[in-house]
Amino acid sequence: MSKVKSLEDLMKIKEQALKELQMRDSKKKGKIVVAMGTCGIAAGAKDTLRAIVEALDKNHIVDVAVVQSGCMGLCEVEPTVEVRMEGQDPIIYGHVTPEQAERIVKQHVIEGKVVSDLVVRKGEV
Amino acid sequence: MAVSTNTILICAGGACISAGEKSVKQVLEEKLREYALDGVVRVVETGCMGACDLGPIVAVFPEGVYYQKVNAENVKKIVEEHILKGRVVEEMLFEGPQGKITEEVHEEHPFFKKQVKIATRNLGIIDPMNIDEYIARDGYFALIKTLTQMSPEEVIETVKKSGLRGRGGAGFPTGLKWELTRKSPADKKFVVCNADEGDPGAFMDRSILEGDPHTVLEAMTIAGYAIGGQKGYVYVRAEYPLAIERLRNAIKQAREYGFLGENILGTDFSFDIEIRIGAGAFVCGEETALMNSIEGKRGQPNVKPPYPAQKGLWGYPTLINNVETFANIPPIIIKGADWFASIGTETSKGTKVFALAGKVKNTGIVEVPMGITLRELIYDIGGGVPNGKKLKAIQTGGPSGGCIPAEYLDTPVDYESLKKLGAIMGSGGMIVMDEDTCMVDVAKFFLQFTVDESCGKCVPCREGTKRMLEILEKITSGEGEEEDIEKLEELGQTIIDSSLCGLGQTAPNPVLSTLKYFKDEYEAHVKEKICPAKVCKSLIRYVIDPDKCVGCTACARVCPVNAISGEVRKIHNIDPEICTRCGSCIEVCRFGAISKVSP
Amino acid sequence: MVKVDLDKVKEIVEKVKQETLEEGDILINTLHAIQDYYNNFVPPEAAEEVAKLLNIPVSRVYEVLSFYSMFSIKPRGKYVIRVCKSLPCHVTGGREVMEALKNKLGIEIGETTADGMFTLETTSCLGLCGVAPVIMINDQSFGNLTPEKIDEIIERFRGDENA
Repeated sequence: MSKVKSLEDLMKIKEQALKELQMRDSKKKGKIVVAMGTCGIAAGAKDTLRAIVEALDKNHIVDVAVVQSGCMGLCEVEPTVEVRMEGQDPIIYGHVTPEQAERIVKQHVIEGKVVSDLVVRKGEV
Repeated sequence: MAVSTNTILICAGGACISAGEKSVKQVLEEKLREYALDGVVRVVETGCMGACDLGPIVAVFPEGVYYQKVNAENVKKIVEEHILKGRVVEEMLFEGPQGKITEEVHEEHPFFKKQVKIATRNLGIIDPMNIDEYIARDGYFALIKTLTQMSPEEVIETVKKSGLRGRGGAGFPTGLKWELTRKSPADKKFVVCNADEGDPGAFMDRSILEGDPHTVLEAMTIAGYAIGGQKGYVYVRAEYPLAIERLRNAIKQAREYGFLGENILGTDFSFDIEIRIGAGAFVCGEETALMNSIEGKRGQPNVKPPYPAQKGLWGYPTLINNVETFANIPPIIIKGADWFASIGTETSKGTKVFALAGKVKNTGIVEVPMGITLRELIYDIGGGVPNGKKLKAIQTGGPSGGCIPAEYLDTPVDYESLKKLGAIMGSGGMIVMDEDTCMVDVAKFFLQFTVDESCGKCVPCREGTKRMLEILEKITSGEGEEEDIEKLEELGQTIIDSSLCGLGQTAPNPVLSTLKYFKDEYEAHVKEKICPAKVCKSLIRYVIDPDKCVGCTACARVCPVNAISGEVRKIHNIDPEICTRCGSCIEVCRFGAISKVSP
Repeated sequence: MVKVDLDKVKEIVEKVKQETLEEGDILINTLHAIQDYYNNFVPPEAAEEVAKLLNIPVSRVYEVLSFYSMFSIKPRGKYVIRVCKSLPCHVTGGREVMEALKNKLGIEIGETTADGMFTLETTSCLGLCGVAPVIMINDQSFGNLTPEKIDEIIERFRGDENA
């Protein structure tokens, strides 16, 4: 990585990263964000993450990225998972156990139906 | 493996469990086994579905049909009718014949309403291990702006004008601190980020470091430019290994991008940051103690003045701000001082991050504009007190703070209003307490903390807090005398007046503030030997109601000290002399026959 | 008695020295690194070597080791279990978790199991109040604990060890 020397350099990185953040232009059609703060991990987020990756694998889904993030604040409902599918509002799910994670992959990612009983928040933050 | 055709969800939120969810689940599973459906129908417990008064709630998927008030009896119908025959059990449907909870019910958790996110703007949104995502959310644009368009004086002026005050506890104006450090003449200056978050119940700094480490690095670098400093330290407590790991990664990335190191962004400004790790000493959150710790010494405080801005690390001027304070800096630089100053109250600008904990429904991190009322914070965002209990008091500011009784719920949250009530903003820990909390016990709890954490350097704090704790122990064990309350007040004031550092100067606050608002509770302990909340073990007894006891022997069997006597199907009795007040019997009694009384 | 390899100590000190910004700023970080290497304690010989390498009196090292609660100059278990004793954990069942740990391990606070596996300690707030009650085992945190989960976690650690 070459060093950033100017506003233009920084703008370039921003534009590229924004695309990734919103998934436009990237080859993925969706993104699953797992909150991996210590609170999330202590509540079992690592198992959740593993379950998501396995569920995606099992169903041969390759165009959904799984990434981690920090704690969004609502520790009460940890582990939390955000699902961003192209063209839809992002959904944040709470209390996502490995079983629920499997359900989310099946129902939301594959069938496109929001798992309404687990929804904590809908829409852009 | 059999393919599941149906998934049955049972709400396992606290309210539904207390409404009987466990046995519903058992019956459901038995029924499924009976029809050999246990391989094809999955039973899954979910979090609270948010309709607690109609619980327990059971949902059948993929159809998405919700049933309400399900009990061990009518759950069989769900299996026999719905699962087996595919017919919806009309009379049990949740909210009308459609039987669907509309998505709107869940769409926006009330937790997110009324929040204004500045310091926590990126939490849960960006990948903290990826600097590009921080940049995508305008990261390091503030640094570019300061280095290329602003003089150090202009940066300080902006921070001053924004009205930002220290978020670590005392609320000292941040811009002024920067200015004082800039004006201290020296050829070497330091910037320190205090991430030794130690107040019980406060965890916003951990969340920021773990979720958005770059914002702290960017702000420290801006501060370095403003005060004329060259080096910075982030002092993180060792209890936060993940924060340390993410911060390390962030520093590495920032160096690669040229945001740290020599000639940042091609200018002649150079600045670098390293992490220093604490080792389990609460007092290191005090700034002079923290600096001693960085220098590789015992973390004991020094007398102030001189302040760190004059003589800090190794005698050089040092700027110390806490994590949340720094996290506010980049948005202030980008959006301007006026924008920030437009949020909040006359004297407390911007937002404050609180950590809601204790007896409140939604625990977690919230960021709200200054001036919001405690009621909005606890009820609208926090969801109120669970299990139908009454709010008793709110503890703010941890062991340095005080308890605010429920009648002051409409107090706006700002530095001055909280101080007037004998509490403090502190670092933002907010512990909600319900009617089952004994205020003397709480005061004792916090004092125990201070006694443990006092560094021992000055006598008032080392000995005084210990004596106060002894008096409180005397009171809670039923040995209190009338003059003890007066002694507590006098001793507390002396400790405040004569302690060396902030730890001792604020240690008596939990006692003094509970004495102020809940004196009657202290008096009940002392005069009548009663613990009104029925918490203090020496002052309560467990008794069995002869009208409710059926003689099932469950309590006698669970009692670890064999304090319960009685024959089968005859009324049982607890011997208060043997009973250790462990509470096991209450939990196993299915008839509500056992209760606590005081005295 | 643990045998102290002075070359290893030197290697650790050299590595931590790369994080130096200012002379004298790495003593505590160094001691953390030594403690990690020797399974949760700082052997006195290693402390003496650190003093020599950092060019400070041994007394300085000792005063730091004895002041901070996370350091130990006595051997501790391979896993140090730190139980949060702060109010948010206390009111959500922390006491039961503590009792369960004591029962499960058969030791009191400050003690180490006979097999040298676990040391039980208390800690002030771990900042995980949203998932209280919590404990930390070395660097790993566990939340929303119940006595049953304690059982499970300890068994898992024991199992991993025997595997």
